[in-house]
Amino acid sequence: MPLYHTEDQAMLADTARPFMAEEGAIAKQLRHFRDINCKDGFGHALWKQFAELGFTGMLVAEADGGLGMGHVEAGIVLEEVGRNLTPSPFLTSSVMAATALGAASADLKGRYLPGLLSGDAVFAVAIDEGAKHRPERIKTRAVRSGNGFSLSGSKAFVVHGGSADMLVVAARTAGSDDDDAGITLFAVPKDVAGLSQDAVRLVDSSVATHVKLDNVQLDADAVIGEVDGGRDLLNKVLAAGRIGAAAESLGVAGGSFDMTTTYLKQRKQFGRLIGEFQALQHRAAHLYSEIEIARAVVIKAQQLLDAGSEKAELMVSVAKAKAGKAAALAVKEGVQMHGGIGMTDEYDIGLYMKRDRALAEFMGDVYYHAERVARLSGY
Amino acid sequence: MSDLDAFRAEIRAWLEANCPAEMREPVRDEDDACWGGRNFKFKNEAQKVWLERCAAKGYTVPDWPKAYGGAGMTAAEAKVWREEMVRINARPPLSSFGIWMLGPALLKFGTEEQKVHYLGQIARGEIRWCQGYSEPGSGSDLVSLQTYGEDKGDHWVVNGSKIWTSYANKADWIFCLVRTDKTNKYQGISFLLFDMTTPGVSTKPILLISGNSPFCETFFDNVTVPKGQIVGELNRGWDVAKYLLGHEREMISATGGADRAGSLGAAMARGGALEDPVLRAELALFDVDALAFTAMSEKFMDEVKIGRGHPAQPNMMKYAGTEINKRRLELVMSAGGNAALEWESEASDGGSHARNWLRTKANSIEGGTSEVMLNVIAKRILDLPGA
Repeated sequence: MPLYHTEDQAMLADTARPFMAEEGAIAKQLRHFRDINCKDGFGHALWKQFAELGFTGMLVAEADGGLGMGHVEAGIVLEEVGRNLTPSPFLTSSVMAATALGAASADLKGRYLPGLLSGDAVFAVAIDEGAKHRPERIKTRAVRSGNGFSLSGSKAFVVHGGSADMLVVAARTAGSDDDDAGITLFAVPKDVAGLSQDAVRLVDSSVATHVKLDNVQLDADAVIGEVDGGRDLLNKVLAAGRIGAAAESLGVAGGSFDMTTTYLKQRKQFGRLIGEFQALQHRAAHLYSEIEIARAVVIKAQQLLDAGSEKAELMVSVAKAKAGKAAALAVKEGVQMHGGIGMTDEYDIGLYMKRDRALAEFMGDVYYHAERVARLSGY
Repeated sequence: MSDLDAFRAEIRAWLEANCPAEMREPVRDEDDACWGGRNFKFKNEAQKVWLERCAAKGYTVPDWPKAYGGAGMTAAEAKVWREEMVRINARPPLSSFGIWMLGPALLKFGTEEQKVHYLGQIARGEIRWCQGYSEPGSGSDLVSLQTYGEDKGDHWVVNGSKIWTSYANKADWIFCLVRTDKTNKYQGISFLLFDMTTPGVSTKPILLISGNSPFCETFFDNVTVPKGQIVGELNRGWDVAKYLLGHEREMISATGGADRAGSLGAAMARGGALEDPVLRAELALFDVDALAFTAMSEKFMDEVKIGRGHPAQPNMMKYAGTEINKRRLELVMSAGGNAALEWESEASDGGSHARNWLRTKANSIEGGTSEVMLNVIAKRILDLPGA
């Protein structure tokens, strides 16, 4: 499959780009909800608009009422989300939780998918238990209790956890903390007894929660997929989140880069446009090259994932790491080339730097994924 | 089964039956490749057979038209061909500046007669070409070149000299930039072809830091070139030269990833050299960049085939690919330790690591320096002012 968008995908991009630039604009969404100190950190009205365009159900199978699309398509939306720094629960709900629910029972699908499709529900995914992404280690326990399970443990930095109607929780039903096997995924409703959350606002104005599970009682039908055999499904959810975050990073990089090259063509110092200076030209050209390479590996990984290729796992990690590197360079060069105004809150370039930092950490940073590339390559 | 699947099956079966086992090993270095030409000595029978079999089917230049020695493959078929070659680690049957550089220029600018004559020779590996571009006073500033062709009616008399002419001492013919109008800088250059055995042509190999001499100085002392041996119009050779440079940059960029999709870290680990965790980490970060660049190469080729992508994109590919390749050999040296320093021993295959390492330093100089590539990206892609 060639590494560019099909006609249908290009049409989707033609819809997503102006929509996000208009409705998802920084002033309208990110700054607005930040400045009113919104507890969700995003707008539900925009989420409804996502639903009207069919975005919320992109990865939901057609048989389940969704569009049955793939990661290339979700990535098109996420790139625009990144470019406009649009806060939305799209990645956690429509990409990660939707991937988990794809393997759920008809009963669970019936309970949760209609809300996702209509844009009324928001989902979060609770996997990590510390400050760094480490899904290999799951300490949270689920033990048999009554006709279901009792969950105890804690989850850290759950993005949109406080806004979520349901949390997909990865828990251990067998084995020890670092075992590959013995993992089960649960659909945990927000108001269940024993679930408590403490919200923390992050550098990019997003809100995450620290989740405590204290003997949370769930019926057996809350299990998503297989009991003890949830690692494969968890890996699918992780892959979806990682490639989605990589696509969003690409948008952050692109938005930052466009803003910066525009500035280079406007700002004058020493009687010249600063874009005339070779010191800046070479850095801008290098950055362009890095972003182009990241774009190539992101679409490669999306296609491999959609095709169910065995190479997808490796390429997803390459893509997450490379997009993270490119975006980090883009925001750093962006602020530096803007000079003093790059440090002001009034200018948007600094917001790109903040979002990049949070996205870089989400679902594993460049070091995590480089390490993973090494292991998957056999060294 | 789609037509393309049927085509793949056909190619796979043909390769299985026709690619000799010896030709399924990676090419070790430039001396190990098959370059063809009048004086080429095949390393072994397999190399000769492999070239002959491919040439007979047009597979040395699969996407060139059949009339000019190719196999007339579509873009999608040529991609299948490359994938099937990679699948069995098949070596290219022929490495050739004729294929990579002159061929595409002739396809675009040559007369029908020139195409039939020269492209056929190139496809069959009969004539080995070299490129006369740089001069002692004209490196990055190529357009300042001074080699002069004086108009003598039905021929030119060429005088001057070229430098960094790759394998000029082994080449049969040269494609050469010659000034034919001293009053016009850009529109005073012509693109000429001539036989290296023409009286007045001489070459002198240049010994490099790698200890090898892949490049030469080339001297022209009253060399007669018939008027029919010009490609494109008189004084418009710069157009041909620029077009060809695009292909040269693609070729050099390919050294960065396209043919080396594997993990460098895994290769170094097999040598047992990864006890240092910091070096391992460097290799992992390198593999991220190298694997990503492999995807970039694939995307670039896909877009070239449908005429999409920015026309200046080969400059970006050249820049990124050569910088990655230099980094690759730096890591090969670090992982190899003192053993990688050996210069002559049999164990080191004649110092192949050290020599390759030094050779890669030319990657970001030849065919346009990295700095020139960045200038071109800034000007033509990013549209930055006054660049």
